[in-house]
Amino acid sequence: MPAPKKPQVPGLIKGLGVTLNTMAQTMKPKKFGGGAATVQYPHEKETPPIRARGVIALREDNCTACMLCARSCPDWCIYIEGHKELAPPRRAGGAPRKVNKLDRFDIDYALCMYCGICVEVCPFDALFWSPEYEYSEPKIADLLHDKSKLGEWMETVPEAPALEAGAEKKKGK
Amino acid sequence: MILAVDLPYWAQSLLRVLGGTVAVLLPAGTIVYLFLFKMMSFMQSRLGPMEAGPYGSLQLFAEVGKWLQKEDISPAMADKRIFRMAPLVVLVSTFLLVAVVPFGPDAYFTDFDAGVFYMLAVSSISTLGILMAGWSSANKYSLLGGLRAAGQLIAYELPMVLAVLGVVIQAGTMNLQHIVVKQNSDSIFGWDGIGNPYIFTQFIGFIIFMIAVQAELTQTPFDMPIAESELVSGYMTEYSGFRFLIFFIAEFATAGVFALIASVLFLGGWGVPFSWFGWDAADTGSIDNWMNVVGPLIMVTKMVVLAGIIMWVRFSYPRFREDQLQRFAWKVLIPVSLVNIMLTAILKVAF
Repeated sequence: MPAPKKPQVPGLIKGLGVTLNTMAQTMKPKKFGGGAATVQYPHEKETPPIRARGVIALREDNCTACMLCARSCPDWCIYIEGHKELAPPRRAGGAPRKVNKLDRFDIDYALCMYCGICVEVCPFDALFWSPEYEYSEPKIADLLHDKSKLGEWMETVPEAPALEAGAEKKKGK
Repeated sequence: MILAVDLPYWAQSLLRVLGGTVAVLLPAGTIVYLFLFKMMSFMQSRLGPMEAGPYGSLQLFAEVGKWLQKEDISPAMADKRIFRMAPLVVLVSTFLLVAVVPFGPDAYFTDFDAGVFYMLAVSSISTLGILMAGWSSANKYSLLGGLRAAGQLIAYELPMVLAVLGVVIQAGTMNLQHIVVKQNSDSIFGWDGIGNPYIFTQFIGFIIFMIAVQAELTQTPFDMPIAESELVSGYMTEYSGFRFLIFFIAEFATAGVFALIASVLFLGGWGVPFSWFGWDAADTGSIDNWMNVVGPLIMVTKMVVLAGIIMWVRFSYPRFREDQLQRFAWKVLIPVSLVNIMLTAILKVAF
């Protein structure tokens, strides 16, 4: 075994200085640029970054119950049920259209691991990340949220940030 | 006695018990709130407890209440009697330590001629308690922690004794009260403006003493016995409820008492330089009575400063490996303190 390196005295004193400086910085009043790096959570809240993975929100109108999200979910926490309905034709005299109608869209946030694959895989832009994070429940079963709750969270989804200069714009139909 | 009141024996005993409890619990509470809760948090750029009382000042009571509520569990295979006794043995050593600390010219628990000797002997009772806790828990982690603690406390007991010897040689007495009087009535090369606190002449001894205290208290650079990343919590692993609380109180109360002892040995204890008020060192009766009130305050101030340094070091440094720790004690601290003793003895004879 090689002989252990002896502790270096200047480094030791520097170490004491680091903690002392941090203490002085934390104790300095807020108006002089001091204060702790943390916030006192229930009293003051940090705004999460715009792309924070807080909760998954659903835009129900866009969903076609295609089940891609449910199938790609690694821990199967998305439950979808739907049925087909006949809708009036687009043009007069045409055949009635068949549309998928969503009956149930539940996400069990007790199982969800916030990987975001469902958001990525959705071909119709129905799932979005919202930075909302205050939805803890006393009972674990209450973490199963249905589509009306997921739709409420849609309001907290931030606007998509502007594309960077030179980025290719998605071609519309 | 204080206030020049002649109290019956039972009242004196009651006062002493009360005073001892205060002298143990007050430093412990101060250190835990001021340093463990607040200073540590500030050093890590956070605020620490803020909800219980203004700035979390009642957090201590909340914690104590929490620990008292918890169930007192002892493991099935544990040696129950020893297991239950161990934290008390550790706490008893703290109470015995505080008995020799003088807080003022008349404010002391015992005026003991072999005070330094007694103090060093009694402080190692806590090693026994820790070893008992480690052995009786019937747990591998506890046993390893207990053995590490025993090895460490024995290793660092020696430099501590040797560091204190320098002070004893210089003062020519083992009575802590006399050491205080001596420091405050001596002079530095004929100048008696601030007495002669031994931190100047025994600076090496002071540093070695503080390092040894740090190790005796198993505070961080020397916390191998409770190294939580390898031993869960060392000898405290199996403890819960008020027995854990007693370990916890004992740890910080001992920190406070050792800070008090360090201030007695090196910083002049309760005294102010006697030359300021024209007191006579040979006659403690000449010291004004108000020193019995001011003295404890001076002691507490010095205790807070020294305990602050102990905690500051604790929060700043990573932990030693076991072999580094032993190497440091046996190869660095003991030789240096031996040289310190020899130098002190030579200079004592020379001057």
